[in-house]
Amino acid sequence: MSKLEETLSKKILILDGAMGTMLQEYKFSEEDFRGSRFADWPRSLKGNNDLLSLTQPHAIEEIHRKYFLAGADIVETNTFSGTTIAMADYGMEELVYELNYESARIAKKVAVELTLEDPSKPRFVAGAIGPTNKTASMSPDVNDPGYRAISFEQLLVAYKLQARALIDGGVDVLLIETVFDTLNAKAALFAIDELKEELNSEIPVMISGTITDASGRTLSGQTAEAFLISISHMNLLSVGFNCALGANQLTPHLEELARKSDFGISAYPNAGLPNTFGEYDETPEIMAEQIREYLEKGLVNILGGCCGTTPAHIKAIADIAKEYKPRSLKKILNPEIL
Amino acid sequence: MTKFRALKLSGLEPLIITPESNFVNVGERTNMSGSKKFLRLIKEDNYEEALSIARNQVDEGAQIIDINMDDGLVDGKEAMVKFLNLIVAEPDIARVPIMIDSSKWEIIEAGLRVVQGKCVVNSISLKEGEEEFIKHAKKVKRYGAAVIIMAFDELGQADSYDRRIEIAERSYNILTQKVGFPPEDIIFDLNIFPVATGMDEHRRNAIDFIEATRWVKSNLPHCSISGGVSNVSFSFRGNIPVREAMHSVFLYHAIKAGMNIGIVNPAMLEVYDNIPKDLLEHVEDVILDRRDDATDRLLIFAETVTGTIKENKIDLSWREKTLQERITHALVRGIDAFIIEDVESARLIAARPIEVIEIYLMTGMNVVGDLFGSGKMFLPQVVKSARVMKKAVAYLLPFIEAAKDGSTGKGAKGKILMATVKGDVHDIGKNIVGVVLGCNNYEIIDLGVMVAPEKIIEIAKVENVDAIGLSGLITPSLDEMVFLAKEMQRQDFSVPLLIGGATTSKAHTAVKIDPHYNNAVIHVNDASRAVNVVNDLLKKETSKQYFKDIKLDYEVFRTNFLKRSKVKDFLPLELARENKFKINWGNTEIIKPNKLGVQVLEDLDLEKLVPFIDWTPFFRSWDLHGKYPAILSDEVVGEQASILFEDAQQLLKKILKDKLLQAKAVFGLFPANSVEVDDIEIHYSEGNKEKQTVFRTLRQQLKKYEGKPNFALADFIAPKETGIQDYMGCFCVSTGFGTQELATKFEADLDDYNSIMIKALSDRLAEAFAEYLHKKVRIEDWGYASNEELTNEDLIKESYKGIRPAPGYPACPDHLEKITIWEVLKVEENIGVKLTDSLAMWPAASVSGYYLGNPEAKYFGLGKIKLDQVQDFAKRKAISVEKAEKWLNPSISDQ
Repeated sequence: MSKLEETLSKKILILDGAMGTMLQEYKFSEEDFRGSRFADWPRSLKGNNDLLSLTQPHAIEEIHRKYFLAGADIVETNTFSGTTIAMADYGMEELVYELNYESARIAKKVAVELTLEDPSKPRFVAGAIGPTNKTASMSPDVNDPGYRAISFEQLLVAYKLQARALIDGGVDVLLIETVFDTLNAKAALFAIDELKEELNSEIPVMISGTITDASGRTLSGQTAEAFLISISHMNLLSVGFNCALGANQLTPHLEELARKSDFGISAYPNAGLPNTFGEYDETPEIMAEQIREYLEKGLVNILGGCCGTTPAHIKAIADIAKEYKPRSLKKILNPEIL
Repeated sequence: MTKFRALKLSGLEPLIITPESNFVNVGERTNMSGSKKFLRLIKEDNYEEALSIARNQVDEGAQIIDINMDDGLVDGKEAMVKFLNLIVAEPDIARVPIMIDSSKWEIIEAGLRVVQGKCVVNSISLKEGEEEFIKHAKKVKRYGAAVIIMAFDELGQADSYDRRIEIAERSYNILTQKVGFPPEDIIFDLNIFPVATGMDEHRRNAIDFIEATRWVKSNLPHCSISGGVSNVSFSFRGNIPVREAMHSVFLYHAIKAGMNIGIVNPAMLEVYDNIPKDLLEHVEDVILDRRDDATDRLLIFAETVTGTIKENKIDLSWREKTLQERITHALVRGIDAFIIEDVESARLIAARPIEVIEIYLMTGMNVVGDLFGSGKMFLPQVVKSARVMKKAVAYLLPFIEAAKDGSTGKGAKGKILMATVKGDVHDIGKNIVGVVLGCNNYEIIDLGVMVAPEKIIEIAKVENVDAIGLSGLITPSLDEMVFLAKEMQRQDFSVPLLIGGATTSKAHTAVKIDPHYNNAVIHVNDASRAVNVVNDLLKKETSKQYFKDIKLDYEVFRTNFLKRSKVKDFLPLELARENKFKINWGNTEIIKPNKLGVQVLEDLDLEKLVPFIDWTPFFRSWDLHGKYPAILSDEVVGEQASILFEDAQQLLKKILKDKLLQAKAVFGLFPANSVEVDDIEIHYSEGNKEKQTVFRTLRQQLKKYEGKPNFALADFIAPKETGIQDYMGCFCVSTGFGTQELATKFEADLDDYNSIMIKALSDRLAEAFAEYLHKKVRIEDWGYASNEELTNEDLIKESYKGIRPAPGYPACPDHLEKITIWEVLKVEENIGVKLTDSLAMWPAASVSGYYLGNPEAKYFGLGKIKLDQVQDFAKRKAISVEKAEKWLNPSISDQ
């Protein structure tokens, strides 16, 4: 059992909050995004947040540190779009390995430093693997429902490269997140399973889906339980939901997972629903109070925040989580031996 | 004893199979090696119909669908991927898990790579040895699928009890110990082979399967057992009753032994308890191998068993029951023959006449409401119930008034105003919702069609209604609804607003209507939902919470919708035009019409239209979903569909015999050329004068994938600058003359059922007329398809050359061009069909459109357009941009 798995059986682990929200405060310009290294890059780079791990590493490091100091046990690497597929928008496919490796290294450096300061609270790094900007089981063309903009094979190659770089960079766990098309996630799982066999690695895997709206389904149309069944063929550290909904709206779907899964359960909702300007404005106190319901019901093992959340939100969540025991973990404590 | 682990599968929804689950039925008709029809469709590249086979299976209760593309002449891998990609785009099919069936591993793997849910692989086995078996099993696990293991090994297929259990055990051990495969994800197919073949070695085929099943279930924990059942009766092909009995008997015993999944055609199954005793005994002797001469005896007996037709006689035994039971029965079954008699008996017993309604009739209607709510009754039945109810109430009214003890509306749960909005004439859906709500004890104030907003507001105030329902079918009605919502807000209304009708949608309601009205706005598009929605809205205990939920639901929906639509890319009009659909005018054949100019058809014999009727939409207008004729034998709605169809035939016969409706048409063919890319100029004569006019067409602006054009209808007509003379036509047909009179008459007889029926039939006849006329034009008047031979089915599938797009529909959503059609054809003068303020046609059962004859012309959806096109359109048409925006509004992108 890894240190992380051991810690998970004892307490509710706290994930960090939004990276994008924090980066907005730096108000980086096109030049800042480019740095000197990419000054002559032929395409616009503003908005390529993952690139900041190379051009503004101090900002990334600072944000990780803020989240750890706010109470997070795990921070996510700045690699949400770190695949050749998503980086194609910037023509940066060639840089994918380096982006992921560096992002992992930066986060790990902060984690090790703070763990040394306080060994009673070990800090971990999750390698964030985003959904890419293409979907393998939906057509983007309404007139041609059989068309696919991306194939399983292409996703497999892209995810394998990203996962490899994250592992090489030192992450403690891989986190497949914001899954809106389960087939994309299955390609990521397939890639990781192959990689684990090739590297003889036991790195744990977390997965977090996204329920897009009040229909209670993923964007690709699955119910929470169908999603769970579709990704349960790997031994996961945790399964859960993030993004799209606020803490309140997520409750029934988490209950469904908690009832039906033997894996750990994670939740990192948005700071409410976006207001009319598309901003998230739920305060840390309000969000933490909503999350208290998860804790009262014993639904979760891992908690954090997604869009619109800040270190203040994470602090409020961490403070409240301290008062509660985690959901009991049958599977991890008593692994069934066939 | 370890706890049983469930086999969990998923499509869009979960399927959990436990020992308590009923037998899981796998749909088998999307299998090329088993279904000739499916094979033919895939070979002909007719994926659309192939999809409808899949859909029917799910509708009929298949919990998993098996898909097999193994055929020597088809690229199985390509076909599998293509079909699965299409299936996952259909939520009503994709909700169930998929069984990927092939004897070729590469096809299976290709299938696993396109399905998000947890599938079943059918199948792998030890046939090619252990190494290959392990390799494939590992992959299946990695893809996250369950697997069927065939009882097959290096030596061949298991055909005895011993071989079956030997292979099963060996496979199981390898899978669980060497591959780490979850045992609950293993399904054994232990080979179902035919019995009663006359060969001694086949005698134990069924019983060996059953016994091997029992052994596997008790020795190999957590796994499932499956098989293809129809094999067992193979030697009785042609004798359906015997085959059905054999399937039932086999399953009865196999399921008891532990078989829990199977490929079975539910139509080929008799209920075990219904099998005649003598047949049962003979069949059981064979299946269980109980006698040496079992096969011979069954063969001889089978000669005497042929298909029996169930007798159809009228059962009047219900007349023996109590008065309340009789009234309830009449209401549930929609039988009006005895209702006056029964109501009169009730009146004589009751203290006051009103009690007959409050007690006897409402008890019956509550049963109807419950059955409908739980999906055990269907819409046409409910409308018939309402007919009985109305007759009963009408009979009672004079007595109630004489007793002067209050109005009948007193006990109503609420008052609902219903109206089809200004400019729109379509009311079938609205009437159905009204009837259904009416039978659920709501008082309906129906203002009819083309109702001005002032009138709706005024009546709503005067009558102090509890909810308002708006209906509309054409796109301009959407704006009318928005206007009304604003007006209700301005005048401080607090009653809920219900929105329904063919062009309405949850998206439009959430994005365009809901924000303008602080109270509840709900999109209700089928009658069965309407009752629940209105109940929840008006019941004191639920209304507050429901209102809050609905508001939030629409807000979330709206936010997501707006977020989602942002990702769409549009082309500026100029670029879209550059990417137009390019026909090579040098080598396309243009045929000059045999008869140019305008022609009128007066009073066409309606009989001629009957073969052209597409019945499927007729059933849809009654909330019965499924394709005609398959819907008539549908497991769930088949009975009701058949009754409805029978009633429709009766009324249709009467219409034909007594000439109750008139069919009229006007159409014309004209020299035409496209000009300035998006317009079509035509030449026509009026009296002796040569005139010309222009049809404006709209161009798709959504950015397309490489190589896909941005269509406009003008692309199908030769541009003027080519110097090639091209042609087009336009038409208007109507079968609506007489409809309203008939409907009013039926309503006066309290017969909503036939009032709705006559409208639905008129609509079908109008569509049939459009189809008929199009064919006549193709073959005779234009003559470009003079040797065309198409069946009615082909017509419905629109497999002919040339198109007849209608203004207001997806290819040309702009209704304004109807005005031009009316000018050119002098429609109103020639056949009397008028245009309303919103440019709907009156009578409603009318169809108008263009004829485009180029073989490359095809239907498309315009999609959303941008403001630059709206401005350009306004300029071309010489109207103000505001006016253009108003008419094109539903097509304009929000971005």
